[in-house]
Amino acid sequence: MNFDIAEFMPALPEIFVLTMACIVLLVDVCLDQERRVITYVMTQATLVGAALLTVALHTGGRTVVFSGTFVSDPMGDVLKVFIYLVSAMALLYSRQYLIDRQLFKGEYFLLALFAVLGMMVLVSAHSLLTIYLGLELMSLSLYAMVAVDRDNEIATEAAMKYFVLGALASGMLLYGMSMIYGVTATLNLAEIAAYNADISGNEIVMVFGLAFVMVGLAFKLGAVPFHMWIPDVYHGAPTTVTLFIGTAPKIAAFAMLMRLLVEGLGGFYVQWHDMLVVLAVLSIVAGNVIAIAQTNIKRMLAYSTIAHVGFMLLGVLTGSEGGYAAAMFYIIVYALMAAGAFGMVVLLSRAGYEADRIEDFKGLNDRSPWYAFMMLILMLATAGVPPFLGFWAKLSVLQAVVEAGMLWLAVVAVLFSVVGAFYYLRIVKLMYFDKADDHTPITAGIDMRVTLSANGLAILGLGLFPGALMALCASALL
Amino acid sequence: MDFLIDTWTGLPTVVQILAKIVLIAVPIMLTVAYLTLAERKVIGYMQVRIGPNRVGPRGLLQPIADGIKLAFKEIIIPTNANKALFIMGPLLALAPALAAWAVIPFDEPLILADIDAGLLYILALTSGSVYGIIFAGWASNSKYAFLGALRSAAQVVSYEIAMGFALVCVLMAGGSLNLRDIVLAQQGGVWTWFWLPLLPMFIVYFLSGVAETNRAPFDVAEGESEIVAGFHVEYSGMTFALFFLAEYANMILISALTALMFFGGWLSPFQGIPVLEAWFAWVPGMVWLFAKMAVFLFLFLWFRATFPRYRYDQIMRLGWKVFLPVTLIWIPVLGVWIMLGIWPFH
Amino acid sequence: MAIEPVIFWVFSTILVLSAGAVVTVRNPVHAVIFLVLAFFTSAAIWILLEAEFLALALVLVYVGAVMVLFLFVVMMLDINVAPLREGFVRNLWVGIPVLAIVIYELWVVVGEKQFGLDKVAAPAGHAADYSNTKELGGILYTVYMYPFELAAVILLVAIVAAIALTLRRRPQTRYQDPAQQVLVKRGDRVRLVKMAAEKKQ
Repeated sequence: MNFDIAEFMPALPEIFVLTMACIVLLVDVCLDQERRVITYVMTQATLVGAALLTVALHTGGRTVVFSGTFVSDPMGDVLKVFIYLVSAMALLYSRQYLIDRQLFKGEYFLLALFAVLGMMVLVSAHSLLTIYLGLELMSLSLYAMVAVDRDNEIATEAAMKYFVLGALASGMLLYGMSMIYGVTATLNLAEIAAYNADISGNEIVMVFGLAFVMVGLAFKLGAVPFHMWIPDVYHGAPTTVTLFIGTAPKIAAFAMLMRLLVEGLGGFYVQWHDMLVVLAVLSIVAGNVIAIAQTNIKRMLAYSTIAHVGFMLLGVLTGSEGGYAAAMFYIIVYALMAAGAFGMVVLLSRAGYEADRIEDFKGLNDRSPWYAFMMLILMLATAGVPPFLGFWAKLSVLQAVVEAGMLWLAVVAVLFSVVGAFYYLRIVKLMYFDKADDHTPITAGIDMRVTLSANGLAILGLGLFPGALMALCASALL
Repeated sequence: MDFLIDTWTGLPTVVQILAKIVLIAVPIMLTVAYLTLAERKVIGYMQVRIGPNRVGPRGLLQPIADGIKLAFKEIIIPTNANKALFIMGPLLALAPALAAWAVIPFDEPLILADIDAGLLYILALTSGSVYGIIFAGWASNSKYAFLGALRSAAQVVSYEIAMGFALVCVLMAGGSLNLRDIVLAQQGGVWTWFWLPLLPMFIVYFLSGVAETNRAPFDVAEGESEIVAGFHVEYSGMTFALFFLAEYANMILISALTALMFFGGWLSPFQGIPVLEAWFAWVPGMVWLFAKMAVFLFLFLWFRATFPRYRYDQIMRLGWKVFLPVTLIWIPVLGVWIMLGIWPFH
Repeated sequence: MAIEPVIFWVFSTILVLSAGAVVTVRNPVHAVIFLVLAFFTSAAIWILLEAEFLALALVLVYVGAVMVLFLFVVMMLDINVAPLREGFVRNLWVGIPVLAIVIYELWVVVGEKQFGLDKVAAPAGHAADYSNTKELGGILYTVYMYPFELAAVILLVAIVAAIALTLRRRPQTRYQDPAQQVLVKRGDRVRLVKMAAEKKQ
């Protein structure tokens, strides 16, 4: 292989983020606590710069470089831009929260940057090796972020659980990958896909490999029955970390699913279709039903995540272009909605007080009608009420499922969405019809207020005009 | 003569290899024995006393007497000790120190196993010697022994990193992991031996070597005044002697490696000097190697006589905060140096 | 008779036995030591495969560094193994069928039918001057350059994470400043005072 500069061009956003992360690392060492905000600003600037680079380098074509380990394609570019967006929002929401809790440390932002880099690698992976490395880079940063509040026992426990189960999932994934590698003798996804064309008696090993890969994927996505870590981690982690974990990594996990199953193991659609059906149905049922019983909003949102992941899997298991586009649309919409919902939890929290019980939303309308309205939008959208964005996401997935001729799946999904609507509407009821116990004024910086409002309004606005985002997703998957 | 050569080549390979091993191991054991005498003598003279001079002429039979005494002493195994590990400890300490000699070239053709990754082999084996100390410390079921083992193991692991990076520089400069090729890459006289272009690495390597062997001034693992001899406090007789042998065999090994990697191994120091080169052409390469080793062994003894023991945190600080950064910086510097082809790299 | 099969069988027997011992021995320290032995013997088997660089790296990294630290922790933890073994016999009737299924599945998946000697060709031997290290270096810095760099980034994250989680300034802890210690002069510590000799009353 010759070192050709053109080879490096498609990976420029990754190179930029890595370089900036190293610079931030060095700069942060020299800063004292009063100037720590410089680290924060540089981190945000990195994300903006990466977004600009990704957009500038967007060609609409597909380029594979670095000996087939890296791919740059429209799907990757779109997903990456949303990862930057959601991550930047997550960091913005967390600034005041972290300062209040003495967690405003350079390492927090560094780990976030490295996690973003891991997601980018994952999104652009074109070999089993890069998928694994991207996943580990992302997960390792996230484990550390969960534990960043060292004096908090619940957070430490959550980090331990996350780490142990995450390591187990990685092990499963690697085990599956090693079987696939054993048969195909290649790590390159395109070559694996090509191998599938003529199955040469090793089908059973491939299917076993696929099953293990699926277990690993389900763990990382948090699909039932591999969801046990999600509620504990979401609950235990500092809310801003939960916000980060619950949004951008989901987009990256979707990309991993697409790369592994659709691009690499597309020839085994029949097998992974059945596995995904089981995962999707269980996730939608369990997620929506268990969420009802929760009193902690972070746990409730955790179970809602599980249900949403199930919905996203519905889109993927159709095996059609329309289904993939719908799933992609769904996961992006979900990330935006979850960012807003967790953002609200962060907003209501203040130094020494975590607003993570559902009761904390009581009478929010009296305290601040505007934020109550934002939360109303977010909850209705997440529940899938028209005309908000969440409705279109659910609708497009269901359309794809029906088109693929799996009517019963669509019926189950709709049924349990209705069940799920209960717990979202309960929050609306608490906000508007209950008296507030706590009358502390809600204070937040201008950046937080503007972004959170924009977040809520975007859900409303995009809900009224969903065509553009849907078209973007559809065009990205050509 | 021919008859002897024929008989030799007629022997099975295994026997030949075994004979070679004996030929290497026995002289090492003898050297160890006399190194202990040399140590006592050198330190004695440095402290203005005479050292052992009673057994044999000028005390020359002292090591033999010591050996006999140790061999006939009772081996005491403490009641609550873990017997198997207690015995394995000293064996594991000595074995790597001897096995590493397999890849040491004594002269250009004189090498037991001319393997490609010789340097890595040595690094891998010497890193295993720490197990002897850990086993001994743990199996003794004694607090002093355990403390000594912990100190020693942490120290060895820490210095191994700096040592490994120093060796990375050597293999970059030599362009090979094979020790013979590394020596041959230093051809051209004293100034092209790697000690000069790699001067910081030479210092780091040799001092790390001193630390790796737990010698003064880094001998906190034994620390007689604090933890009464540390990891081998419960050992007696031959088992104790094995630790002793291991320590000195390691010293000889480090000296040999320093001579090979930084001082041109068997190469004559008069290479490239017009008249002297011809005069000393008859000296076999092995003699030069041994002479160089002797200098480094003397340094080991000199250090012990001169420097007070480091405090434990100072040892750790030196390893992690001084040696490690120095090596980390030197690697890219050397890389650029070699790429640009500035003297002595072409 | 060639010596390779003998070496292979000797080392693989030790490997399997020591790997089994890792999970069956009662003393956790012994388990770690058997794990070290397992690493060592697998390195020997790799050497038979002409993968000497990987074999030596395995010994250097795992045996020489990782397992030493492991051993440290296990020795100091002083784990009480009795509670860990509670219910061993009681759960055996669940364990054994599961074990049987797993073994059967393994046999089906990676057994002779899929990866038998007739299916996979033996790797070709190389000449004596073949340098495994050089080949690895070449492929690592060209074909696998991107994953290699990523692995480096993961290690960097590990360092950052470890420091973020452990480095905490405790105000009550007192630190030594070696630079200050070195700079100390006699005058800072000792004061020579000239006094007139005192007389007895």
